[in-house]
Amino acid sequence: MSAVSYGMVVDTRTCVACAACVIACKTENDVAEGFSRDWIFTATSGSFPNLEMEIRSERCNHCEDAPCVSVCPTGASHYGPGGTVQVTESKCTGCKACIAACPYDARFIDPRTGAIDKCTFCVHRVENGTPTTACQEVCPTKSIYFGDLNDPESEVSRLLRTRQAYALLPDAGTRPKHFFLK
Amino acid sequence: MKRRQFIRVGSYGAAGAAVAGGLTTDWYGRYANPIADPGTDGDRVVPSFCELCFWKCGILAHVKDGRVTKIKGNPKDPLSNGQLCPRGAGGTGLLYDPDRLQKPMVRRDKRGAQVFEEVSWDDALGVVAENFERIKAEHGAGALALFSHGYGGSWMKHLFKAYGSPNIAAPSYAQCRGPREVGFDLTFGSGVGSPENTDIRNARCLVLIGSHLGENMHNTQVQDFADAIRNGADIITVDPRHSVAASKSRWWLPIKPGTDTALLLAWMNVIIGEGLYDRDYVEQYAYGFEQLSEHVKAFTPEWAYPRTGIEPDVIRRTARAMGAARPATLVHPGRHVTWYGDDTQRSRAIAILNALLGSWGRKGGFFIPSQVSIPPYEYPGYLPHDDQAADRPAPSDYPLADQVLAQGVCDATVPGVVGDSRIKAWMVYGSNLPTTLPDPENTYKAIQELDFLVTVDVLPAEIVGWSDVVLPEATYLERCDELFAPWWREPYVAVRQEVVPPMYDSKPGWWIARELGKRIGLPEFFPWKDSEEYAKTRLEAAGLDCDVMRADGVILGEPAPLYFEEGALPEFYTDSGKIELYSPKLAALGFDPMPTYDHSALEEPPEGYYRLLFGRAPVHTFGRTTNNRLLSEVYRENEVWVNRDVARRWGLEDGERVYLQNQDGKRSSFSAPVKVTGRIRPDAVYVVHGYGRRAPKLRFVHGKGIDDNELITRYKVDPIMGGTGMNVNFVTFLRADDLEVAS
Repeated sequence: MSAVSYGMVVDTRTCVACAACVIACKTENDVAEGFSRDWIFTATSGSFPNLEMEIRSERCNHCEDAPCVSVCPTGASHYGPGGTVQVTESKCTGCKACIAACPYDARFIDPRTGAIDKCTFCVHRVENGTPTTACQEVCPTKSIYFGDLNDPESEVSRLLRTRQAYALLPDAGTRPKHFFLK
Repeated sequence: MKRRQFIRVGSYGAAGAAVAGGLTTDWYGRYANPIADPGTDGDRVVPSFCELCFWKCGILAHVKDGRVTKIKGNPKDPLSNGQLCPRGAGGTGLLYDPDRLQKPMVRRDKRGAQVFEEVSWDDALGVVAENFERIKAEHGAGALALFSHGYGGSWMKHLFKAYGSPNIAAPSYAQCRGPREVGFDLTFGSGVGSPENTDIRNARCLVLIGSHLGENMHNTQVQDFADAIRNGADIITVDPRHSVAASKSRWWLPIKPGTDTALLLAWMNVIIGEGLYDRDYVEQYAYGFEQLSEHVKAFTPEWAYPRTGIEPDVIRRTARAMGAARPATLVHPGRHVTWYGDDTQRSRAIAILNALLGSWGRKGGFFIPSQVSIPPYEYPGYLPHDDQAADRPAPSDYPLADQVLAQGVCDATVPGVVGDSRIKAWMVYGSNLPTTLPDPENTYKAIQELDFLVTVDVLPAEIVGWSDVVLPEATYLERCDELFAPWWREPYVAVRQEVVPPMYDSKPGWWIARELGKRIGLPEFFPWKDSEEYAKTRLEAAGLDCDVMRADGVILGEPAPLYFEEGALPEFYTDSGKIELYSPKLAALGFDPMPTYDHSALEEPPEGYYRLLFGRAPVHTFGRTTNNRLLSEVYRENEVWVNRDVARRWGLEDGERVYLQNQDGKRSSFSAPVKVTGRIRPDAVYVVHGYGRRAPKLRFVHGKGIDDNELITRYKVDPIMGGTGMNVNFVTFLRADDLEVAS
């Protein structure tokens, strides 16, 4: 495997749920009012006073086996650069089959275009010489890592080798490329 | 929360057309897929610094076709380090807020009824100048008071000093940070300032007392907090609520509200008793160790347990963790510390604990900050006035207050509260007093007594509706301001630059101050053409390159040693020249020279009532940002945190709407959903401050959630410096459904 495979790793230990990633994404990508491509999920377990809380900054998992791609009738949902999952607005009819197929609830219709919108892994930046995504760049706790999962020297590969990590809904069988560090 | 819950479909006329464009007969798959570029990179990128809160992070504003598209952190800036908090990233939500004040307005009806007439700047300033001159002639300059919050306020303060009024107040003192500054000053001879000189990133043990870093998003502190987590620091969080910081901590101490000083004393007891303190440091630098060790002998963990609810074993183990990591143990001084009226003494206890651990001036404790010195602009000198500020009945009240008390100025406006009413008129700059000063009814009462009220603001906040003249200010992205040269780890100077010209008929604060100054006969105080020329003059006097400043937004100074071990001077500006564990100054004034704890003074909530606690959401700076459409999308309204067992007793469901009513029968204007959670003690409820807004023209946030400040009808004043302890109110629940049926 030598082709680039972009992936994301979020450190749940340092993420404070501030949602800077959400706001930076919205302005970088001109996301429609009322919608967002990434979001914060918090899960609390235990009961007072023995509690644990996990915080995750979540978005499209850019699955290797993406049901949104296979279900798309027009080819609008497709695998783009670095194995990311992208949507071509002009090909999207807004049929929402992908919304139903996505186990991560990562997609929505942009009311301005009627087409599907979702996280692109900021491919317009990464393919044009800015190595970071907007959410990663803004993050005040540096909890978001982005890079080539096929490059063993990349920060994301190193983190996945050295830290305990998990993906969401692995049983969905979509081979997500978004991981969370415990 | 599931993301879908906050997704709403906006109203966009263009949606239908775009869908129709897809209904052609092409077979879509056969065309190549382009990479779509949202095109938000600016054709210009302007460095400046942020004003969404008061930390002042360096930003890079992208401007495309005259519109600010996005705001990034300035990597050259020592506060942002290229990263931003959500508020900083959402600054365009303020700039393009459709509810912004657009034109100067003059009241045409009684106060409280929002009947205004739009007028020209000339007319509006004429009315203000006339009133300023009249007030001075009839009552003296001191009868005009300024309330100010935010960096642009510097121009108004300058105007007031030139005018000759000593009544320049900022709620950020007596309603927020004041007790901390006084407590640390009494101990180390200097306060911690803003940005605080806390060396969080190098701490090996970090103790947070009610300080909810991560929800309180002072950017650099949170960056450093994440570093501390990554470095494996032992984090101890003391908070009645399981805050985000608590979730990152090895120890969460869910303390009974109001008892923090008891815990601090017990920690001192263990740290001294078990010899965990820094003997050399204390011997060399501290005064009064003998008295302190005698004083804390009685405050054992067993003594503290029934008061605080924290088990003796936990108190001992956390004290040992602090001792083991010293001097890289930072007991954080907090920021909003006006809680219970004994706040200076609690801050003193925090300072003393740090002194015992030897953390002041040490790596991982408090660094010694330095500053780039810039000569002041040469003015003729402010008019001499021997007028005392009107905020206290006698100078001997709150003797260690070193700034004007905002609530005192408010009280001095009402006849009979602080002697005769000495204050006749207010200028309010960027501080929405009805949600800032405790007991808004009292504030409204004072406003009704005023001869004249002028407000300078960006948004139609509550205070605007009560004003006689409203002056719409340009936002921080539309103006150049005073230079910023903080005391910090890396000394530097930053400049705020005009990113885009002011929208509508808004004007920058410097222009408003200068035009008023000219009209009231003080032109010599405003000799500069504009704030840019002003800043340039000062920079050149300091020998700094204005072109570099314009291009980079910051200029770094020479770094100085940060720690005693690196050569920073161990100088303490107390009377004894030492760290005062025992304070002769407090003793001389008749206060406890060392902190004590009086459990009998702690009021318990009545049956069925819960202590009202309030704090922050990371996307908001109190009410200043809750109308920001970008930011409030993430946190639309606040919720009432209710302990799960309490909710069960009341039969409250998660998400059910309630009103809160306090011990004095004051009911919240609006309702909020209940958040049923294990993350708070059963004797307290919590809301995020800044919601429940009553100003009807804040269309996005009006009526959303509950305003805690409305329910703060009582407060306890710190006898040492006059801070208003506001965590002393109790609330009960009223089901929204029941109330609606009844009405």
